[in-house]
Amino acid sequence: MLIAVVSWTVVAALLITSSGLILNRDWRWEIGFLAAQYAGVFWLVFQHWPLGMAAAKLVGGWMAAASLGMTLLNLPQQPEPIEKYWTQGRTFYLFMIGMATLLAVATAPLIESILPGIGIPVVVGAILLIAMGLLQLGTTTQVLRVILGLLTTLSGFEILYAAMEGSSLVAALLVVVNLGLGLVGAYLLTISAEEKTA
Amino acid sequence: MSAPFIWILLPLIVGGSSLVITRERLATIVGGATSIILAGAALIIPIDEALSFGSFSLKISSSIQIFGRNLTLDSTEAPLLAILFGVAALWFLGAESIGVARRLTPLGLIIIGLLVASVAVQPFLYAALLIELSVLVAVPLLSPPDQTPSRGVIHFLIYQTLGMPFILIAGWLSAGVDASPGDLALTIQSTTMLGLGFAFLLAVFPLYNWIPLLMEESSPYIVGFLLWLLPTVTSILSMSFLDRYAWLRTSAEVTGALRVAGLLMVVTGGVWMAFQRHLGRMMAFAAVAETGFILLALSLDPALGLPIIFLLLIPRGLGLGVWALSLSVFDLNIESIRFPSVRGMARAYPLAAAGLILSALSTAGFPLLAGFPPRLALWNSLAQQSLGTAFWLLVGILGLSAGAIRMLAVLVMADEKTAWASKESWAQRGMLGVGMIGLFILGLFPQAANPILDKLPLMFQHLGH
Repeated sequence: MLIAVVSWTVVAALLITSSGLILNRDWRWEIGFLAAQYAGVFWLVFQHWPLGMAAAKLVGGWMAAASLGMTLLNLPQQPEPIEKYWTQGRTFYLFMIGMATLLAVATAPLIESILPGIGIPVVVGAILLIAMGLLQLGTTTQVLRVILGLLTTLSGFEILYAAMEGSSLVAALLVVVNLGLGLVGAYLLTISAEEKTA
Repeated sequence: MSAPFIWILLPLIVGGSSLVITRERLATIVGGATSIILAGAALIIPIDEALSFGSFSLKISSSIQIFGRNLTLDSTEAPLLAILFGVAALWFLGAESIGVARRLTPLGLIIIGLLVASVAVQPFLYAALLIELSVLVAVPLLSPPDQTPSRGVIHFLIYQTLGMPFILIAGWLSAGVDASPGDLALTIQSTTMLGLGFAFLLAVFPLYNWIPLLMEESSPYIVGFLLWLLPTVTSILSMSFLDRYAWLRTSAEVTGALRVAGLLMVVTGGVWMAFQRHLGRMMAFAAVAETGFILLALSLDPALGLPIIFLLLIPRGLGLGVWALSLSVFDLNIESIRFPSVRGMARAYPLAAAGLILSALSTAGFPLLAGFPPRLALWNSLAQQSLGTAFWLLVGILGLSAGAIRMLAVLVMADEKTAWASKESWAQRGMLGVGMIGLFILGLFPQAANPILDKLPLMFQHLGH
């Protein structure tokens, strides 16, 4: 019972962090939300994986967030460019976040029937992150937001996949993929900034 | 000593070490020599058999264990290793002539090492993770430090990354279908996941918009290298799925979906190519059509389709290599590679122009060139099963041919008084010459590759027997 309460609280926290990643325009908050999101991912993965393997995911995610944060800290401050093709209105994003949440809640029982025993909060958390990540990816072309979108989508997938596969090799490779995405993001952010300041 | 150490860890180590190389010539030598040695070793060194030199005996074992899972490269995979490293050697040797060797050699070797690991990893569906790692390594290759990351790079990263989760989940669901073959819902879910995963990884219509974008924005040579390597290894992964799961192999729906996807790629690739006015975008759509040919061959009965897929591999690598090198020569020396800028340039860069036209014609399956034998075999096999499919394949090939002829027309459209010259460097001439001769040799004597290609189907337990 207590675990279920904690899990639902974590899902609510994931809704806040993933919405924050979409709505916020300050990179410091975004990195903070990402780091907090990995703490939530850790808890949901821990429902199916041993503590050590789940902790590896947490550390890998935090390292990815740290690599992005350290890079942004050393770059000159620039206003976020305006997307040419997408609306910037918060109402639109709030509506889309609402739709994503509805989707996660509505599809959770179906996925739970395919993966019996996974737990509804785990499925809702996973689908929520996948939907939010895809929403982020679909509405931006900016490097930081694309990387955050990919990391969010992958986090959702990893929660789901942890219930299916318990291999150490997969866990290690997924950590490397997360870390790699963080480093690729840091690289792309650095060269974008160099070009702008040149 | 083990095979994964030689063909996976060694390229990773050499690639990583060569990141510190600052001279183009040295990078070319390191990349070329490593690849040639590894290709030669794949042909000569027996795996899992004792090799005796007098009193000294050496045995290369086929597997190593990492985190409780095996990386296995046995003797049936040796021909594939020879092809991958052999064709890669040509790419590395050509890189110096257009000044990208310092970027291509280290990261290219690392990518090949990771992709060979994806072929070797057991269970095979973990390959998706290693392919994703190679995609991450490819990003700095496509976007050098002096260039703003383009939309093409961002789309490439997104699409290739999204493919991985679908493949991993499909692998898990497929095991479930194998256990309970009558579960229709699970079969549909698994097939959908698999289809989406491969659609992202192989850039199946309409998910290939990043390819023309990359060809416009990044170095054509480097994009060409990735367009050769990534779909080749992803195709091997798709064949592994078909080999492993009987329900996939025997499903009429899967065969139909592969055929429709392949035709869409060949037709859209061919027709779009015919209407382009940018040489890079033309190559991009030709590469899309090339992947379509592989999908069409996959849709055939394995006894017919498997040899055709392997017959496509070497001409694809060689053709894209010559095309990318020729394009890079123009890209380096001319303001733009759009039609108005390259008009009449055959008189200034005759070998590069010939390389472009021959590789485009080879992709279109022009007789006497490397692309002809596999396309003829594919067309023949498809026509025996469905004349409609053969007709649409003809439409795609006509589009590719029209694109090649337009390219030829624009390149030779010079003022009569313009003098002929050859402004390519000696290295460029040498590599283009070797490549073009290779296109003719594979076109005239396709059986020359048989000693390697004949053994390739043995990689697959069910498809190849």
